[in-house]
Amino acid sequence: MKFAIALFSAAHAPSSRRALLFAQAALAGGHQIVRLFFYQDGVFNASDAVVTPQDELDLPKQWRAFISEKQLDGVVCIAAALRRGVLNEEEARRYQRNAASVSAPWELSGLGQLHDAVQDADRLICFGGA
Amino acid sequence: MPKSVLIISRQSPWSGPGAREALDIVLAGGAFDLPIGLLFLDDGVLQLAAGQNAKALQQKDLSANLQALPMFGVEELFYCAESANARGLGKRSLDEAEPLSAEHITALIDRYDQVITL
Repeated sequence: MKFAIALFSAAHAPSSRRALLFAQAALAGGHQIVRLFFYQDGVFNASDAVVTPQDELDLPKQWRAFISEKQLDGVVCIAAALRRGVLNEEEARRYQRNAASVSAPWELSGLGQLHDAVQDADRLICFGGA
Repeated sequence: MPKSVLIISRQSPWSGPGAREALDIVLAGGAFDLPIGLLFLDDGVLQLAAGQNAKALQQKDLSANLQALPMFGVEELFYCAESANARGLGKRSLDEAEPLSAEHITALIDRYDQVITL
């Protein structure tokens, strides 16, 4: 089955851990993930600026490793990210901010990428919504 | 046939960016000519309250964006009748939105291929 996964909660939220576990289980079960889309506070999962206490699960680090290793499409909504101060080098330059915290494998893009993934996937699975 | 998507908007208009960000998904879908529905549920029905004063909160008015939905090709607009009654929602903006009972909401969710709740 082809899954699209959308995550709406910040890195410290339980639903964000569940999203990662689900994504890992989906691939382990032989399914495909067409895209991971990070929206609302979910954009914080892509931030290198999150510092997790040593004895806690470092979710941004785990997402990064998972997306890199499995060569997945990890897309962060650009409007949601800008609003929350989660910028890549390009956006930091554009808005003259000295605060880039997102880099490859993450990609900043628009909400069209969510709709595109929803159309492509058999199932959309959302985590951390209201 | 493109897949249909129902957005369920559950956040009150001024509790944070949630309501606007739910609406942005709807508008983006409309821009791509996708079959999009929007259901206001729970505190989300407060987005429909008439006579909101966004300026007093130093915010941008969301209701103007809501009024524009039919122009953006989003015509399937619904709100939960029970949520509206429970919150004493009186005069509403967005006349196009149709009140639905819990039973009809179940059927509505069933009708769409994908659902996003925000």
